[in-house]
Amino acid sequence: MSPVLALVPLAEESVPAETFQLPQIDYAALAPMLILFGVACVGILVEAAFRRFPRARIQLPLALLGALAALVVVIMTAGKRTITAGGAITIDGPALFLQGSILVLGIVALLLIGERTLERGGAFVAQAAVTANTEADRSQAATSEGASEVFPLSMFALGGMMLFSTANDLLTMFVALEVFSLPLYLLCALARRRRLLSQEAALKYFLLGSFASAFFLFGVAMIYGFAGRVDFSGIDQAVVGSAASPLLLYIGLALLVIGLLFKAAAVPFHVWTPDVYQGAPTPITALMAACTKVAAFGGLLRVLYVAFGRSQWDFQPVIGTVAVLTMIVGAVLAVTQTDIKRLLAYSSIANAGYLLIGVVALNKEGLSSSLFYLVAYGFTVLAAFGVVTLVRDADGEATHLSRWAGLGRRSPLLAGVFTFILLAFAGIPLTSGFTAKFGVFAAGVEGGQTWLVIAGVVSSAILAFPYLRVVVLMWLSEPSESTPAVSIPGALTSAALMIGTVATLVLGVVPTVLLPIATRAAEFIR
Amino acid sequence: MTGYLGSYATLGLLLLAGALVFVAAFGANRVLRPSRPADTPGKWENYECGLDPVGGDWAQVQVRYYVYAYLYVLFAVESVFIFPWAVVFDRPGFGTAAVVEMGIFVGLLALGLLYAWRKRVLRWS
Repeated sequence: MSPVLALVPLAEESVPAETFQLPQIDYAALAPMLILFGVACVGILVEAAFRRFPRARIQLPLALLGALAALVVVIMTAGKRTITAGGAITIDGPALFLQGSILVLGIVALLLIGERTLERGGAFVAQAAVTANTEADRSQAATSEGASEVFPLSMFALGGMMLFSTANDLLTMFVALEVFSLPLYLLCALARRRRLLSQEAALKYFLLGSFASAFFLFGVAMIYGFAGRVDFSGIDQAVVGSAASPLLLYIGLALLVIGLLFKAAAVPFHVWTPDVYQGAPTPITALMAACTKVAAFGGLLRVLYVAFGRSQWDFQPVIGTVAVLTMIVGAVLAVTQTDIKRLLAYSSIANAGYLLIGVVALNKEGLSSSLFYLVAYGFTVLAAFGVVTLVRDADGEATHLSRWAGLGRRSPLLAGVFTFILLAFAGIPLTSGFTAKFGVFAAGVEGGQTWLVIAGVVSSAILAFPYLRVVVLMWLSEPSESTPAVSIPGALTSAALMIGTVATLVLGVVPTVLLPIATRAAEFIR
Repeated sequence: MTGYLGSYATLGLLLLAGALVFVAAFGANRVLRPSRPADTPGKWENYECGLDPVGGDWAQVQVRYYVYAYLYVLFAVESVFIFPWAVVFDRPGFGTAAVVEMGIFVGLLALGLLYAWRKRVLRWS
């Protein structure tokens, strides 16, 4: 027998069935996730039990209440540090912080998803199976109530994201990856308008996402071959202690990281991002840009800090290169965009690059600043897509940039809010964008990654150009007759916009409301 | 034959031997057989269990068969878990907890089935 095979714990043989022990499960620690999954199941029951009209009115309060209850539990258990469910789940500082952020950002995204005053029946198609651009499709787009399945699907996605950022072994992580990916693939295809674009986006996301999942799974197999275990502390010991060929470690780590960087939308695994962000219904784009980013980076941070932290010299240069590519390519391609949703997609790619600086720094500051960045960026991007849902004409949202010309004259308040959001993306002081970027750059310098910080500053300067171009377009161009009227936001979108904008301002002016929490949370346990 | 990847050497040899047998068989066939090509009627038709073929090879399948495929997968996955469970659940140490866990699992599957039933996908209309 080869030495590696001897390392494999033969659990079934060594533990006879008579002494089988149920794993200790700390239900209080798992409660937030259980609440979300439970509410999602209740949502399916509501779908089955009620008629179309009342259930659309039941689902949103149900989802919001569930997410709020989960958030309350997360806040109440904020001091908890434990590994539970047979070593499958870790509840530590970063896990609780990420769960809280996913829930808060998810609640704001749910407000956008639940908005029904902008368009009759909401932003989602009623019957996704009806062929697009047929007579039946036109009539359902005009009158029918949108599919309320979006709420259970969103709850499953949010629960999966929380599981993803608390998973303590690679297999749980893979299950969580699928749990939050599959609902997102479906949600992308449910736009009420431009359905072919939406379905194309969903198919692209599904195919490329399946490839990424396969990469991840193959990476898990390689790491198991190397370490003989899949839990993070076992991998951590094997990185220094294993007698197996380090080639397996390199291949496995590379495949794992490809799977994770795909979800995080880093170059060169970013090609799906603009198409999917453009084609998906805008509230879903907001959900993906905010919450999926948190989950993807939460998983990436945990894998690299906890499991592979001791082989940092192997992966730091590679991920550093990916970070530089992500920042530069995202920023340069953002300059050439003519569609606001694609522009925001490339901006989100560039932001993934800045986040990678915090990931590569591999120190406590890197972790805490990444956590802070995820929350700050999430709020801003939710508000940005909230504004995008409002600029619309008879055919739905007007996303082409030429249609935004002179928006500042027509509706100064909304244009003012969007200007503020774009300035936050550009990292102007007194916005959360500045504090967040400053945090990851400082952590990068401290972690000895000055070259990344230089690339970050350069790409920030490039990226400021497309943002300022939109600002100039809105305020200094004359409105043409094709400039659409801005819809009056309903209460839900107003609330989402307000939360996003105020959080962007508050985290910029008094970042100390969140920074100490992020710093205190920034400690993984093994 | 040492190291982790060394255990794949057997597999590699097997693949190599398989390829050799394949090449040898078809090579021998080519060398030994008489070569008198004939173009009899029906030679290039699709083979359909000895009957005369009906229609082309590019046929569409009703999309509603996907419900059957879906239900099949659902119950196949269920049985994958239920069979091993049925073997061990009455052993000491398993007991009530195992029954409850399987109840939760089947309950969740039943939830999906309930949803499908209420959405009238089980009816062939």
